[in-house]
Amino acid sequence: MNNKQSWIDQRFPLSKVINEHLAEYYTPRNFNFWYFFGGLAVVMLIMQLVTGIFLTMHYKPDAEYAFASVEYIMRDVEWGWFIRYMHSTGASAFFVIIYLHMMRALLYGSYKGPRELIWILGMVLYILLLAEAFMGYVLPWGQMSFWGAQVIISLFGSVPIVGPDLLVWILGDYAVGDATLNRFFSLHVVVIPLILVVLVFLHIVALHHVGSNNPDGIEIKKNKDADGIPKDGIPFHPYFTIKDSVVVVGFLWIFCAVVFYAPALNGYFLEAPNFIEANPLKTPEHIAPLWYLTPYYSVLRAIPPLFGSQFPGVLGMFAALGVFFLLPWLDRSPVKSIRYRSPIYKWILGVFVLSFIVLGWLGVQPVTPLYVLMARIFTILYFSFFILMPWFSTLGKTKEVPERVTG
Amino acid sequence: MNIKLKLIVGLSVLLFSVNIFAAGKVHLDHANTDIFDEASLQNGAKLFMNYCSGCHEISLMRYNRIAKDLNLTEEHVAKNLMFAGNKVGEAITTAMPEDAAAKWFGGVPPDLSLVSRSKGTDWIYTYLRSFYDDEERIFGVNNKVLVNASMPDVLWPLRESQSEAAFDQSVLDITNFLDYVGEPAKLIRLKLGKWVLLFLGILFILAYMLKKEYWKDVKYGIWRPRD
Repeated sequence: MNNKQSWIDQRFPLSKVINEHLAEYYTPRNFNFWYFFGGLAVVMLIMQLVTGIFLTMHYKPDAEYAFASVEYIMRDVEWGWFIRYMHSTGASAFFVIIYLHMMRALLYGSYKGPRELIWILGMVLYILLLAEAFMGYVLPWGQMSFWGAQVIISLFGSVPIVGPDLLVWILGDYAVGDATLNRFFSLHVVVIPLILVVLVFLHIVALHHVGSNNPDGIEIKKNKDADGIPKDGIPFHPYFTIKDSVVVVGFLWIFCAVVFYAPALNGYFLEAPNFIEANPLKTPEHIAPLWYLTPYYSVLRAIPPLFGSQFPGVLGMFAALGVFFLLPWLDRSPVKSIRYRSPIYKWILGVFVLSFIVLGWLGVQPVTPLYVLMARIFTILYFSFFILMPWFSTLGKTKEVPERVTG
Repeated sequence: MNIKLKLIVGLSVLLFSVNIFAAGKVHLDHANTDIFDEASLQNGAKLFMNYCSGCHEISLMRYNRIAKDLNLTEEHVAKNLMFAGNKVGEAITTAMPEDAAAKWFGGVPPDLSLVSRSKGTDWIYTYLRSFYDDEERIFGVNNKVLVNASMPDVLWPLRESQSEAAFDQSVLDITNFLDYVGEPAKLIRLKLGKWVLLFLGILFILAYMLKKEYWKDVKYGIWRPRD
């Protein structure tokens, strides 16, 4: 240890932190493809923060200038188009990563004890990220920004009794307008990113306290050697820092292919009507939220209005999100990993994943009687997964979990 | 109460409007534009400035950006393409007053800076070739793509004087130019993209080799035989 480091260490636990979280953080050696996405999510968060800072330097949060200022970034700001496409592609890429990250938790039971708090923090992060993305999409002030905001925010107006007042409180006006744009800008660039960074920190601290799960769902801390090091653990640094670097470069390859060759991704990342400036007098022919919101939008549309109020649908939509929080307590299976679960559980998880994807697809489709019926069936299947989980998670014969990690 | 009503109306509009969208689809011809065809872009710029810019702005575009991107001199652009502006650094606007335009056409002709991104090149290409005679309409023409369009068939002198193939090419050039105007950065990103992907591809191979080297420890080395 050189003098300089010990000078710092006397005043700040630098070596201790590095050891705890990198050099002596023992990670299961059998991580597979599904374990790429936590690290990638951190990379994505940093990329969004950095590109966002540069966009903020040129963007004008004013209903009069917002739309033109985005095009100013695309045309007159040096490399502005690149920064903007990184940010807009980044938003969608972030959700691809987060959905795969959540899928990992479902596959290997990472939400189960002792990792319930990690899961809850993660769910709060996910919901905040949805809010962050929604508000970010309003900022370019195109037709979809405006009308998407109009539809989503008006949902709050359906809350009984306080709805109308709540709506005005959120909008800062009687309709979506300059006041709304300004507060969304503030929330999008300051409030939510701050909370996100703090919660990501807590998410990682909680993870490093209990240790990572793995594809076998075994607690590696139960098998330690004489030095107190898990037998199936390897230090995060250098092994996983280097493995994750490969993953990041591979991810960037795909990411840049989109940024350079298909930044609008056929209307899924940047919708065509959003290249028309917001016009409160002209409703677009087809309003659809961006793809990462569509499963919940489908649930909203699937639930019929009650006494002329959309409130049941709104409740259903938020319940579809909120029910994820209960997962650690709904799952009563004795094993964590899908590898050792009963066949019936595998089928039911498959149906749930299918329901989520189909609901997402339905969310961008026009409303036809067949699609409404489908949305209702898959909404029921979606909620059944959670409601029936205490029952079906105990069904069937589980395989014996090995003592040590495999592969 | 009012807001509640608005919400219900809004949602029902939302739910039903999509059917109109599904019903109103017209077949669009494939434009097949090539943003690297400089001659086509230059011709498109010329035709746009002569036939379109009298009414339509492309206010997000500057004259000198066109000069730079299409390999024209600023003097050439100022002399041949700049009808409304004073300086080559200016945005390309129209001289037509907005309220007069609204009176003449029933609405201000839209800014076309981003039309290629909101409507697509196939739409522009088909729209401009879909005018037909219709005495019911005020300008004597109607359009198959945009029914009851308030725009007159401004390209008719071209259609009259050119063969069908040559006219299609002229429209294609205008479409190509508008595609460029919609996203000038397309010229940069499509050229740069392959080098970025090549660089990342090489970096990936190097990173993967480094990872393999380190992970030998895990496979055969110090971490496997700990027990």
